[in-house]
Amino acid sequence: MTSDSWPNLVPPTPAIPDFPPFSRILPSRAVVLASTPAAPPASNAAKGAGFIRFFDEMQGQGGEVRAPYREFCDWFDGEDPARIHRKAQQAEAFFRTIGITFNVYGADGGDERLIPFDVVPRIIAAGEWRRLARGIEQRVRALNAFLHDIYHRQEILRAGRVPTDLVARNDAFLPMMMGMDPPGGVYTHISGIDIVRTGADEFYVLEDNARTPSGVSYMLENRETMLQMFPELFARVAVREVGDYPINLLKSLSACAPPACKGTPTVAVLTPGIHNSAYFEHSFLADQMGAELVEGHDLRVVAGRIAMRTTQGYRPIDVLYRRVDDDYLDPLNFRPDSLLGVPGIWDVYRAGGITIANAPGTGIADDKALYSYMPDIIEFYTGEKALLPNVPTWRCSDPDHLREVLDRLPELVVKEVHGSGGYGMLVGPAASKKEIAAFRAKLEANPGNYIAQPTLSLSTVPIFTKAGLAPRHVDLRPFVLMSPQGLTITPGGLTRVAMTRGSLVVNSSQGGGTKDTWVLED
Amino acid sequence: MLGKTAGSLFWMARYLERSENTARLIDAGFHIALTRSATAPAEWKSVLETAGVANAYIAANADFTSAHVVDFLLRDPANPSSILSIVKQARDNARTARTYLTREVWEAVNTGWMTLVALLKRPVREDDLPDVLATIRRQNGQVRGALTGTMLRGDGFHFAQLGTFLERADNTARILDVKYYLLLPSVAHIGSSIDNVQWETILRSVSAHRAYRWLYGAEISALKIAEFLILYAQMPRSLAFCCERMAEHLGQIQHIYAEETEAGRMAAALCRERLAGPIQSIFDGGLHEYLRGFLTANAALARQVERDYRFVE
Repeated sequence: MTSDSWPNLVPPTPAIPDFPPFSRILPSRAVVLASTPAAPPASNAAKGAGFIRFFDEMQGQGGEVRAPYREFCDWFDGEDPARIHRKAQQAEAFFRTIGITFNVYGADGGDERLIPFDVVPRIIAAGEWRRLARGIEQRVRALNAFLHDIYHRQEILRAGRVPTDLVARNDAFLPMMMGMDPPGGVYTHISGIDIVRTGADEFYVLEDNARTPSGVSYMLENRETMLQMFPELFARVAVREVGDYPINLLKSLSACAPPACKGTPTVAVLTPGIHNSAYFEHSFLADQMGAELVEGHDLRVVAGRIAMRTTQGYRPIDVLYRRVDDDYLDPLNFRPDSLLGVPGIWDVYRAGGITIANAPGTGIADDKALYSYMPDIIEFYTGEKALLPNVPTWRCSDPDHLREVLDRLPELVVKEVHGSGGYGMLVGPAASKKEIAAFRAKLEANPGNYIAQPTLSLSTVPIFTKAGLAPRHVDLRPFVLMSPQGLTITPGGLTRVAMTRGSLVVNSSQGGGTKDTWVLED
Repeated sequence: MLGKTAGSLFWMARYLERSENTARLIDAGFHIALTRSATAPAEWKSVLETAGVANAYIAANADFTSAHVVDFLLRDPANPSSILSIVKQARDNARTARTYLTREVWEAVNTGWMTLVALLKRPVREDDLPDVLATIRRQNGQVRGALTGTMLRGDGFHFAQLGTFLERADNTARILDVKYYLLLPSVAHIGSSIDNVQWETILRSVSAHRAYRWLYGAEISALKIAEFLILYAQMPRSLAFCCERMAEHLGQIQHIYAEETEAGRMAAALCRERLAGPIQSIFDGGLHEYLRGFLTANAALARQVERDYRFVE
């Protein structure tokens, strides 16, 4: 869970009060969250844009518990906070024992940390989810169609809807994929669409993850933990199941078997190894699918197939769910110094000897430089308007856009086109004058390397703290599986939550936590 | 099963067994240091030799005080065979093989490691040492219990068991070899009693001093101790016991794969040729030579297992 972007930030907001100690969240006593004005960003105040208001998913704008949360709140009000606190501590011990940790790069000796887990679920109503799911499905189909087009006839470039340079000169574009037909025509077997909410009916897609989105193991373990801690809660509230994800993943991957596959497809998960930050997830998914967890040095080309070294000799693999980047896949064809990949896998792939999921070259679809074209891309391939809006984005490569961005720098979020994990970005409202000046220089020197977006007021969901419930900002990553048989979207996804007050940083590498995500049954 | 995974299970078990053996060696050494301070440095030296780290220790330390030796064996980063680093290796191997471990086994390994890290944050005080050593043994007991209680009797289980007994045989042979001069007939005539405390140390380091007494009563002789630790097949740390188990688990693996291997033949030969006895003939040929020969054959078996089952390319 490291290679993700930050959601856009708003400034630290000391004006948002935490709930007083264990104030019950009965409607009558609820603390009014969202109407509490936050400190306005300096520049916004100047423009008279008014205060930033946060939408709280439990309390809405008004302080009355929103419908999806009512049953949960009734239950919560009847509970002894001390008991919930105890349960939360047990959950943490449980996570540690089973090793649901991530490694922190650069930390001494591969430090393993826990991702904080919060016991208050994030709840999405059935209707809200239907709407989201339609938008997500449309988007993933468009991404896949775009990839097919870009690596074949490039109609979208001919039509002038996306600038040719943006693709041709993009490092994420893989010329070797030109004319190549991945088995089943599927590029994005697994994708994660990052969504933020800013109001009752306002959702935005913040980012698409079409390479190797991570976090699904946390989604599954979070649910498992909640079921163990509060079984009675699930008897009261009808929550849609997420636990069939691994079996759906296995089915979906199996349905994309290559031409060379005979009989039941053999699926394997390719991991960089135990020191990778997401190793827990790799082993978890392999285990849950009943698939082998392989590393590059377990594999080699044998008789035109990719085969794994077993105790009884080499055995062919049909579908490789790889959790290593394109660059490391094949030292013969990509990075020669890579020890993570398999020499010659590219040639086997081209000859139909193996399915690689996701397909190589999908990075072009989730590149930040192309993000702003997504509404056009969706319309081009589906003939429909995008159901889920993009966050408005200025492309700094465009002189007009650049001028506006430079004018409004203190109020914007500026991201590196190829950056990830929240590094190399400017959060205008949270930055000092000096930082803004320094960033301005970088931006002017190389404008094509940046995009800018307005600062979003992300919704909040309360977390459970020693002092009571306290609102914290969240985002959502739903996971989507694609095979020739169709799309499967797991209800909900992974909710990431900024654990510190006022912060909008939800990245696990920066101290963010997670919540169980509930989609209610109709 | 991947060859790498089989190797990880094998080494996970070897490292855990080794950590427990080292804990036992420390326990025995500590016992002598308490009861006979005059012979303590020599005793600690032989403990370090048995653990195979005497040279590394001497390079970094000037004396053989209990505190230094114990710290070196438990947690010194300069010692790649310290209990802390061995258990870390065991856990890394368990993580690599995680998909083949039951949740119970993984949790036992992981909890053991976390407990150890907390216990060994700083040097262990002398009065805490017995507790720490007991904890290490207990944690290993939990892993063993989880392994035998929850693992499918598939190839993975047998590779882990193979690792345990191969390591244990190696350890018992080393203990005897380091102390063989005490057992030599030329030093202590056959039948005559050897140094009481010394023999007890040997038995203590394999947790068998009580069992020996049950079996042989008060009669303490070099011949009997050697027989007990080498040939007595009911003693779970004897060479005979370990070799029988190795042959058994390799037999199971060959059965599962329906394929005979050189490793399987070697294990059977080890039992047949080196553990037939009687003990007198072993002494006649020279105990040291015998033990050296055994250690070499045992190591060759380990290499053959690695080759036959493709642990590495």
